[in-house]
Amino acid sequence: MVYIIGLLTLVFLVLTVMVIARLRNVVKGVNSGTETRPENIPSGNSWNANLFILFTIFSIIGVIGTYIAAEEDFLPAASSVHGRRLDDLFWFSMGVLAIPFLVVNFLLFYFSYKYQYKPGRIATYYPENHKLEIIWTAIPAIVMALLVFTGWRAWSDITSEAPADAEVIEIVGKQFNWIVRYGGVDDNRLGNYNYKLIDAQNEVGIDLTDENSLDDFTNNTEIHIPAGRPVLLKIRARDVLHSVFIPHMRVKMDAVPGMPTKFWFVPDKTTNEIRAELGDPNFDYELACTEICGRGHFAMRMRVIVEDEASYRKWVSEQKTFLQTYPEYLAKVPDNLKSKAMKYLPENPTAPATAPADSTTAQEAGAVGVGASASVR
Amino acid sequence: MSSLETGIDITKVHDDDHAHHEELSFWRKYVFSEDHKVIAKQYLITGIFWSIIGLGMSVIFRLQLGFPGIDMSWMRPILGQWLDETGKLDPNFYLALVTMHGTIMVFFVLTAGLSGTFSNFLIPLQIGARDMASGFLNMLSYWFFFIAGVVMFISLFIQTGPASGGWVVYPPLSALPQAMPGSGLGMSLWLVSMALFIVSQLLGGINYITTVINLRTRGMSFNRLPLTIWAFFITAILGLISFPVLFSAALLLIFDRQFGTSFYLSEIYINGEALPNVGGSPILYQHLFWFLGHPEVYIVLLPALGITSEIIATNSRKPIFGYRAMIASIIGIAFLAFIVWAHHMFVSGMNPFLGSVFMFLTLIIAVPSAVKAFNYTTTLWRGNIRFTPAMLFSIGLVSLFVTGGLTGIILGNSALDIQLHDTYFVVAHFHIVMGAASAFGLFAGVYHWFPKMFGRMMNTTMGQIHFWATFIGVYLVFFPLHYTGIAGFPRRYYTFTSYEFTKSFTDLNAFVTIAAIFTFIAQFLFLYNFFYSIFKGKKASKNPWQSNTLEWTTPVVPGHGNWPGEIPAVYRWPYDYSKPGAKEDFIPQTVPHSQTPESNLPHENEEIAIEKDIEAQNFNDQFRNAH
Repeated sequence: MVYIIGLLTLVFLVLTVMVIARLRNVVKGVNSGTETRPENIPSGNSWNANLFILFTIFSIIGVIGTYIAAEEDFLPAASSVHGRRLDDLFWFSMGVLAIPFLVVNFLLFYFSYKYQYKPGRIATYYPENHKLEIIWTAIPAIVMALLVFTGWRAWSDITSEAPADAEVIEIVGKQFNWIVRYGGVDDNRLGNYNYKLIDAQNEVGIDLTDENSLDDFTNNTEIHIPAGRPVLLKIRARDVLHSVFIPHMRVKMDAVPGMPTKFWFVPDKTTNEIRAELGDPNFDYELACTEICGRGHFAMRMRVIVEDEASYRKWVSEQKTFLQTYPEYLAKVPDNLKSKAMKYLPENPTAPATAPADSTTAQEAGAVGVGASASVR
Repeated sequence: MSSLETGIDITKVHDDDHAHHEELSFWRKYVFSEDHKVIAKQYLITGIFWSIIGLGMSVIFRLQLGFPGIDMSWMRPILGQWLDETGKLDPNFYLALVTMHGTIMVFFVLTAGLSGTFSNFLIPLQIGARDMASGFLNMLSYWFFFIAGVVMFISLFIQTGPASGGWVVYPPLSALPQAMPGSGLGMSLWLVSMALFIVSQLLGGINYITTVINLRTRGMSFNRLPLTIWAFFITAILGLISFPVLFSAALLLIFDRQFGTSFYLSEIYINGEALPNVGGSPILYQHLFWFLGHPEVYIVLLPALGITSEIIATNSRKPIFGYRAMIASIIGIAFLAFIVWAHHMFVSGMNPFLGSVFMFLTLIIAVPSAVKAFNYTTTLWRGNIRFTPAMLFSIGLVSLFVTGGLTGIILGNSALDIQLHDTYFVVAHFHIVMGAASAFGLFAGVYHWFPKMFGRMMNTTMGQIHFWATFIGVYLVFFPLHYTGIAGFPRRYYTFTSYEFTKSFTDLNAFVTIAAIFTFIAQFLFLYNFFYSIFKGKKASKNPWQSNTLEWTTPVVPGHGNWPGEIPAVYRWPYDYSKPGAKEDFIPQTVPHSQTPESNLPHENEEIAIEKDIEAQNFNDQFRNAH
């Protein structure tokens, strides 16, 4: 970083000096009356031409220098399968685009220098050249086709339907924090929700008339996800727009009130693995908000903990269900499910942990929970 | 406004034709004027006023970003309650600043200030018309803009602050006053102001289009129009089609805010209360907004590109390369501008299939844009370049257009946009390609047409220093932001101290802030040069740049009606620079081919035959002379 500042300051200083020197030269020229330029040629014409060359040289140094200095602070290689594909695609595209960036800018500045006003020279009358124009219409078109194709393939794969074995986790944005909800310690199916059921305790509006909801649990400081298999985030917002952003996984999707969205990905580096890799024992994956949502927009941090399957399962089974935390909500459970709900209450901690979930019709719909209709049914 | 009036004082130089004309009162002449040149200057001065406010705001929030928690107590006289006891900027006000900066710069400076100024000033002068088709509508257009500005200005000073939901003002944040203070009265004023602004744009746009179609002088066929006029013409069409959609978006938002409708609201629980609204969609607003919002980018940029085409050709002393290709690319860009809006919404939750379609359409825009960049570069090739400040800014514009345009290809790729959406990569991209490039077009235009506006020259050396300071400054500010974008830094963050992954780049952010202050200060050089030259600049000659277009055939300061006597007829395209065989290195559009046998190309000799026909028509000057 110090290098960046140093380099840019240098560029800055040198160019400032050049400009001042040029200015003095112009003043001198005017005073001594040696200026021979015709009236229509602006003062300091050749100086400006020279500055384009200087600018070119210093920007090449600046771009390369700052890039090298900045690179160490870029995000580490993506910790998800699609993320690494996007990284490759990004740097490939950047590489392709660096060519026109350098060539066109260089030619622009070089031509400015080379074809500066010279007394007696007449510019070339060159209004068109169809062949040239066709060539430089076709080349960008072909390059674009290539980029579109690779981008489209990646996009289609990333936005395809999540695999059936995906771990489904709900994440809800509100001003100003995230709340995650898991399918539960037993049935691993998310129950229904309804925004009208939201209150100070039931922050995501869990609908306890749905059998699947009974063992759901929530967390509003950290999200645990298993490594090595697909994770499907079901995303919604409670009040205004938010956007789920996990920079290290290259995951982003808006959270929209009234319109559930989703994003699936395969995290494949546990927190411990990446800590070892980066040599930073305090490293944590993070989840941020990237859609302006009000005063606390800049501070909606949630820790992301990626674990191997076994420790993830263990963590899930140790969580306190919503009913366990707030037993008074038992009142909201319909009578026919009360007996089932009893085992998730704190008074009954010895309930068998692997009670099979009965298959009911509500279960199917509740587990899917997609579409605005799910909550207002 | 005093400077404005003085600038126009020069127009008192009247021709004999005018002698019989009744003097207009002060108010009709300088304030509620129907003269396109006065209206253009009104737009320009108003635009400059707003740009100082808009850029000043960016310096304030850049200070917060570069030096988090910096003590701003010295600004308490301006910021007042928006600083806490320790002088730190309030996070809500940070968002208000970001929002107002965007709104002001995009709409008031780069739309009204650029397009309003130069469309008004140049269309009648370059097509050979006495004035706009409707001077009255033109006057209304300015005053609607003025009132829009007054409303927006008032909103800066109210208790709850101005609108703060980002310049896109996405609901529900902008629809619910309980979501943030800025969504209260400030947001209402924002909507009122924008509605008035849209009316202004529509009145202006109708006028530009009508004028270009109907009031061209004899011989000024569409294939002899300067590229500036092509750009303004297409821009006006873009605005006319897209601004009403923003109007409807704003109207529905007003309904949601005031009348309890649910166009954009659904299933919301906020401040301990579940709202009754169901069935609305925030995504609908985004579609409507970006249906304007994306063409808006080109509404801002195309006039700048048109101005650049004219200036590069004049100062390279060469015809613009590929005149027809340039027109085709303007039309192509304008057409595509309408069908790419959803690339702003790849991760909004809309159907991914739409994402594929919009990615494809978006990347097509790169093709006409590339053609333009190549054509500018080729125009420089083997020219005889004069580095006037206008020329320097035009070259700078092309560089920025290329640099910023290329990162657009990354962002237009829906897959890559997943990571980069709403990060500083986007900020860097659009500030370079749309903000800075268009601003460079504005500067170029002012430097180039200042002699025609005020009859005096701006100081060249000062203009050149202004260019270099701005050009270097803009790159120093925005180029490093790509790096923070690649590192995942999200936009519109009050501070980067809440996350581990944004803990880096602190000195880079400080550097960017310093560069931004430097660039901001450099603009005062321009302000000084501009206002000083209005009064004290060197007297201009009739055609100081030896340019071909019609405006340089008017008197040094054109009076009401622009040309004393008949409007000149046009016989050739505007880019006959350095024609082989010609006596001088430029041939104005008013010179018939019959007078230049030495330089005529074979097909041009055929055009001598139709010169009589051109002279015979006088459809477009209802007055036959200046009235």
